[in-house]
Amino acid sequence: MTSTDQQPFLSVKDLKVHFSTEDGIVKAVDGLSFDLARGKTLGIVGESGSGKSVTNLTILGLHNPDSTEVEGSITLDGQELNGASESTLEKLRGNKMAMIFQDALASLSPYHTIGRQIGETYRKHTGASKQEARVRAIEMLRRVGIPQPDRRVDDYPHQFSGGMRQRAMIAMALVCDPELLIADEPTTALDVTVQAQIMDLLKDLQQEFGTSIIFITHDLGVIADIADDVLVMYGGRCVERGPKEEVLRTPQHPYTWGLLGSMPTLDGPVDVPLTPIPGSPPSLLNPPSGCRFHPRCAFANKVDGNRCATESPVLEIVDGRGNACHLTDEQRREFLADLAASKAN
Amino acid sequence: MLRFLVRRLLGAAVTLLIISAITFMLFYAVPRDPARMACGKVCTPDTLELIRHNMGIDDPLPQQYWNWLSGIFVGRDYTGIGNCNAPCLGYSFVNHESVLGTVKDRFPTTASLALGSSVVFLIFGIGTGMLAAVKQGKALDKIASSASLVASSMQIYFVGPVALYLLVYQTHLLDQPAYTPFTENPAAWFTGLLVPWLVLALIWTANYTRMTRSQMVETLSEDYVRTARAKGLSQRTVFFRFAWRGAMGPLVTIFGIDMGVLLGGAMITEKTFSLQGLGMLAVKSVINNDLPMLLGVMIVTAAFVVLANIVVDAVYAMIDPRIRLA
Amino acid sequence: MSSTSPLLDVSGLTKHFPIKGGFPIRRTVGAVQAVDGLDFQVAEGESLGLVGESGCGKSTTGRLITRLLEPTGGTISYRGQDITHASRRQLAPIRSEIQMIFQDPYASLNPRQTVGKIISGPMEINNINPAGGREKRVRELLEIVGLNPEHYNRFPHEFSGGQRQRIGVARALALEPKLIVADEPVSALDVSIQAQVVNLLQQVQKDLGIAFVFIAHDLAIVRHFSQRVAVMYLGKIVEIADRDDLYGNPRHPYTRALLSAVPEATVDDTPRERIRLEGDVPSPISPPSGCRFRTRCWKATEKCASEAPPLVQVEGNKAGHLTACHFPETQETVPAPRLSKDPETAA
Repeated sequence: MTSTDQQPFLSVKDLKVHFSTEDGIVKAVDGLSFDLARGKTLGIVGESGSGKSVTNLTILGLHNPDSTEVEGSITLDGQELNGASESTLEKLRGNKMAMIFQDALASLSPYHTIGRQIGETYRKHTGASKQEARVRAIEMLRRVGIPQPDRRVDDYPHQFSGGMRQRAMIAMALVCDPELLIADEPTTALDVTVQAQIMDLLKDLQQEFGTSIIFITHDLGVIADIADDVLVMYGGRCVERGPKEEVLRTPQHPYTWGLLGSMPTLDGPVDVPLTPIPGSPPSLLNPPSGCRFHPRCAFANKVDGNRCATESPVLEIVDGRGNACHLTDEQRREFLADLAASKAN
Repeated sequence: MLRFLVRRLLGAAVTLLIISAITFMLFYAVPRDPARMACGKVCTPDTLELIRHNMGIDDPLPQQYWNWLSGIFVGRDYTGIGNCNAPCLGYSFVNHESVLGTVKDRFPTTASLALGSSVVFLIFGIGTGMLAAVKQGKALDKIASSASLVASSMQIYFVGPVALYLLVYQTHLLDQPAYTPFTENPAAWFTGLLVPWLVLALIWTANYTRMTRSQMVETLSEDYVRTARAKGLSQRTVFFRFAWRGAMGPLVTIFGIDMGVLLGGAMITEKTFSLQGLGMLAVKSVINNDLPMLLGVMIVTAAFVVLANIVVDAVYAMIDPRIRLA
Repeated sequence: MSSTSPLLDVSGLTKHFPIKGGFPIRRTVGAVQAVDGLDFQVAEGESLGLVGESGCGKSTTGRLITRLLEPTGGTISYRGQDITHASRRQLAPIRSEIQMIFQDPYASLNPRQTVGKIISGPMEINNINPAGGREKRVRELLEIVGLNPEHYNRFPHEFSGGQRQRIGVARALALEPKLIVADEPVSALDVSIQAQVVNLLQQVQKDLGIAFVFIAHDLAIVRHFSQRVAVMYLGKIVEIADRDDLYGNPRHPYTRALLSAVPEATVDDTPRERIRLEGDVPSPISPPSGCRFRTRCWKATEKCASEAPPLVQVEGNKAGHLTACHFPETQETVPAPRLSKDPETAA
């Protein structure tokens, strides 16, 4: 442990994931780096096509190897995952790293009982007997708050409610006490009260097990509730990164500003229009030159020359905080002051 | 389950009743008079009337239908011919045989043909389809896909004679097609049906290859298959325990319906290989204007399709716990 | 609003979907009580928000108002005319005045029709010939919803999700409706696009004076868009009030729990009130007796089980603020403690 103490638990360096399709090469992830410490939660925010889900499927090695090219390095606890053999990855998946998905109904097999699906993971990684796996499954169901777990263990997913299915999926992911949990929009399909239950559950379980969590979402509100650090993705790249408090209080990138401005709040002014981001997310087949956000950016004209369109801004991280934007710190402060003034109204 | 069976069997009976009524009306409404044909060249009005009466076609149509229907349950007495015990499907005045007896006689041939070829096409069709799905987009997949496209566009009346010529007449590799009852001589039963099985199976294999492949490709892209991989299960486990399980339902449905159709007789195959099954019986009944026989074959065929549907639904519910039998 | 008669007046609206079963003859053995006795009004030009979680009956309500579903009971009157069971022919003149916008901009547009055809469709069906022709009107509508009028001949697949939802809005506007029922119009869209569509709808509502029934599960968006808000739970309205009253002074425990569960993108030093509801929404086939929320309510007593609370202006409510609760919340109510986490008791 002492040697790896200096090293982050999970480290992704300059990750590139490119798919070849009939129409050309899709640059789903294009040079992404981040670290995650033990027991911490990294929130990855982005809209559809930002590359947030692809990144995480790639960490688990669940991409299609025939059509996908992965460059860069992914190290988990010192072990390189990019290029690792299938059998190595199989031993890690569900065991040291696990994943929960958005649509629990579609993501659980309709043909097998909940208990069997949970126990299966346990048996695969521990060699436990069927009986032991069943006992473990019941214990896990109890731990995620399923009432009468010894009865519900024999139910099929369609007999569970939406929130319970998501709990069952969490039980399945945590059955082998993984050190890394990747949660891909686990609460997006749920109602707010159920979402709140599930997020509390994840936080409790994280405290109990010291799991590191990557939480993918499009909702900055969810990030505010659950994450320690935030990574904002746009067009396959990271545009802003930092501790949650700093990113939400003093966002630095125009895209993050846009996201925050797009969201109505429960206590903000009501009769003024929202400030949406114009246009649509970029095509990853043919991404914009320079900064990928520049065609939709209200501040591109504030940068001298045509740098936003020609030159990719570099993401520089100092003390875990940074952004990829050509604006100067001065310009940013000005904007944030304006924003604070308008909010005070 | 019992409720399901009772309800569905009742439904099946109603379906068959409707089918028989419609068929009855359609065929007995044709202008050709079977009595006149049976009467021969020297036909006096009196003889004609007598034959009509014996055939039971001098009654009004609904009465005739009722006679036919009640015959199934209580039997029927044909004047001058004799008694037809229940279940009586009628009497063929062309062949001078009871309809049920003839159908019973022909059924083993058709059943042997259907079951034997389905074993062959299921094994090869599903096997090739699964292989193609594993090797999606690779050479093997492309070969299997194009081969099955070619094979499925073949016709029995073309492949059959070619196969006969190459495998039987030229090389004597296989036996001349003929039907020997299994109970009489299993070896002869097998060798005599091998060529028809293979030919019939060739075309059906192609269909099942394509269906299996597309079903597998579809289920392999399901979220729950991805979850299974994310749990660390091996490709093989995921393939058989998850993807195949999902692909099975639709295949069972199609197979059930195909089986129902096949058991009703494969006319072209039987004709090509000169086998006397239900298919040929139906064809001959049409040619000879043998209405009682035709009606009998139709009802038996329809019964197979209807029963196959019930079996399919029951099996589907066993495969997929989301389906509730009711 | 109270002086003139409302545009839409819904009273006792009920929809029960029958459940078939039984043996050997199938018959109705029960009912899903999707909507059970709703009373509300929508004034001309007003936006009423309908919020609640899945299964609360808000979408069914939208479909009942537009008469896509046949009500089981109650009345719907539009401008004083009872349309509860109006026939197709009787509805024809009204159909053009009540339009609907759907959640899924992909499924609700015919992929084989051009945008021009889609938007002019309602005019054709209702045989409306605007001055200058239908094409000119379609181009105007495209302009209003922020699309390029030159895209008249394009097909839906050539547009992004947000643009498609704009087409849906243009189609709804084609007949100059008085009332639009919008069923989760932005929930399928990306965050940055959601804001574009919300702004568009708001602009349409203000500029054209169209009344809205805005159905959504996102409380922040509803607050932003609607002047009045009704909260639904298990087929009933539990609270209805002007926006500021509802969000500022929620009286029903469910409203309060719902509001406290919304994650907000702020990091406050003072943590917000957190009420966590336990368990799931009960089945609408056999809803709890009395108050339907009582099984998950931390204040429930025997009275709640025996007596359904009426939707009334409880003490302390402003005019027009109605709450269906025997023990309404007050500002001073101590935040509810987190309920027991023991799964056995949560059942």
